[in-house]
Amino acid sequence: MSPGGPLVPRRSYREASARRRILGVLDPGSFEERLGPAERVTSPHLAALDQPVAFDDGVVVGAGTLEGRPVLAASQEGAFLGGGVGEVHGAKLAGLLAAALRDRPAAVLLLLDTGGVRLQEANAGLVAVSEVMRGVLAARAAGVPVLALVGGGWGCFGGMGIVARCCDAIAMSEEGRLGLSGPDVIEETRGVEELDASDRGLVWRTYGGKHRWLIGEADLLVEDDLDAFRAAATALLGTRRPIDLAALSSEHALLAARLAEHGGAADAAAIWGGLGVAAPAALPLLEVDEFLRAVAGARRGTR
Amino acid sequence: MTIPELLDGLFPAGHAVAREGDVLAGTGRASAGEVAVVGIAGGAEVGVEAALALAGELLRVVREAPGRPVLALVDTAGQRMSLRDELLGLNGYLGHLAATVELARQSGHKVVALVTGQAVSAGALALGFVADEVHALEGARLAVMALPAMARVTKIPLERLERLSAGSPVLAPGLESFVRLGAIASIWRPPLAPHLEAALARPAAPDARAALGAERGGRTLALEVSRRVASGAGALPAAPGARRVGESGPRRGGGDGR
Repeated sequence: MSPGGPLVPRRSYREASARRRILGVLDPGSFEERLGPAERVTSPHLAALDQPVAFDDGVVVGAGTLEGRPVLAASQEGAFLGGGVGEVHGAKLAGLLAAALRDRPAAVLLLLDTGGVRLQEANAGLVAVSEVMRGVLAARAAGVPVLALVGGGWGCFGGMGIVARCCDAIAMSEEGRLGLSGPDVIEETRGVEELDASDRGLVWRTYGGKHRWLIGEADLLVEDDLDAFRAAATALLGTRRPIDLAALSSEHALLAARLAEHGGAADAAAIWGGLGVAAPAALPLLEVDEFLRAVAGARRGTR
Repeated sequence: MTIPELLDGLFPAGHAVAREGDVLAGTGRASAGEVAVVGIAGGAEVGVEAALALAGELLRVVREAPGRPVLALVDTAGQRMSLRDELLGLNGYLGHLAATVELARQSGHKVVALVTGQAVSAGALALGFVADEVHALEGARLAVMALPAMARVTKIPLERLERLSAGSPVLAPGLESFVRLGAIASIWRPPLAPHLEAALARPAAPDARAALGAERGGRTLALEVSRRVASGAGALPAAPGARRVGESGPRRGGGDGR
């Protein structure tokens, strides 16, 4: 909240539904959904498991405008099976990216809120995620920027965490976590000695937006607020990360340097200290604007 | 099949592939010329080091050997699950790897992937499943997650999952499932060299896996749904009173990452 400004209540992005998020990020009245709930295209695989279906299979896709510029957008519903990607859900995302190749919008916005592959239809989900990955890369190669927004309750994990990093840019909130293997999966697989998933501080330091932004995994750190995400998407509209030898060589150097400099760090705070942050232990408690002042100059990144 | 046996079968005219840790890099000789070989071997888990090494090798091929086709050999038990890998951003390293495959494709390198052992979850995604064509050796083992772990995460009893997965390409781990879904174009049985020669000779084409999955009956909706969305169809107003489970359904997870 801006000091001295009017007390406008924030509209939490994290607490909003997928549909509310997409409507809040795009220009008012501009969104036209494709294959919406009225079409009732549901997962054919959930019924056999006695699982409820959703008439949109947990993802809202369509076209709209952002500050008057035509965009395609998708928004995953974390409240439905953790935003998991199944056959239909994934095909809606892949179809949207195929549309981008033809329609050349100013950008494709992916509002990601997902635990990754939907295990109830695991194989189809994994293949779909790989098709989405190819779709994102193909759109980028054709010159259409693909932007990821990460701020939902499930964060962005599993194969979709890789998809997010196949995009041109990522805007995320501290609350929206990003990674590959989530804390519960690591604890389950490797034991609590490897990662205690109940240690919320540890989980946020590792996966949260501040850490991801500081090490160069995310491009913009935003408040958990619908308007803030809209502003971030607008700010990123012109962002392109070309898929060429020069750009990928710089990215490679950044990732190699991160591994060399911080590969021995046992905790995110140690990495922040290594980046030159004066009081790393204090970072988790800071609001976004205070945080940005406290870490000025410490961020690594080519973008 | 050992790696040398595999390479002898693929490249009877000769090969020079080095193994450093679990990462393979080198060249093989096909009838049309040199082929770049990159790969992950030994059913290894892919962590930040391996992802970076594979990406570095692909960048080197694009830089130093313009147009040389690429064979990606995949044998991985999945991503390395550790606090350290997550701290460093393993998803970012794998995203970078996938982007280097795309760079190779865009630069005119045909990219053929061959699953030689295991291909599990995210380990297989960023190298194998983004190639122009994905094939598998007979006996390859593909999966997202073993059924017992899947039962724990989805809270569906194991016996039930086992019963349901029988004959279901969507649920059952295994090569046949992924063939039916269209993810694996074909199964290679010895002699291997003719398969590789044929794959290298085919021009690269857009992703046709959804069409293949429909044709083979493993994915009945993916192609149609993707086409309808791509063509802009379905922009209809929601019917009043339609019950939408999605916005009020039970908050139950089920992802591979969470």
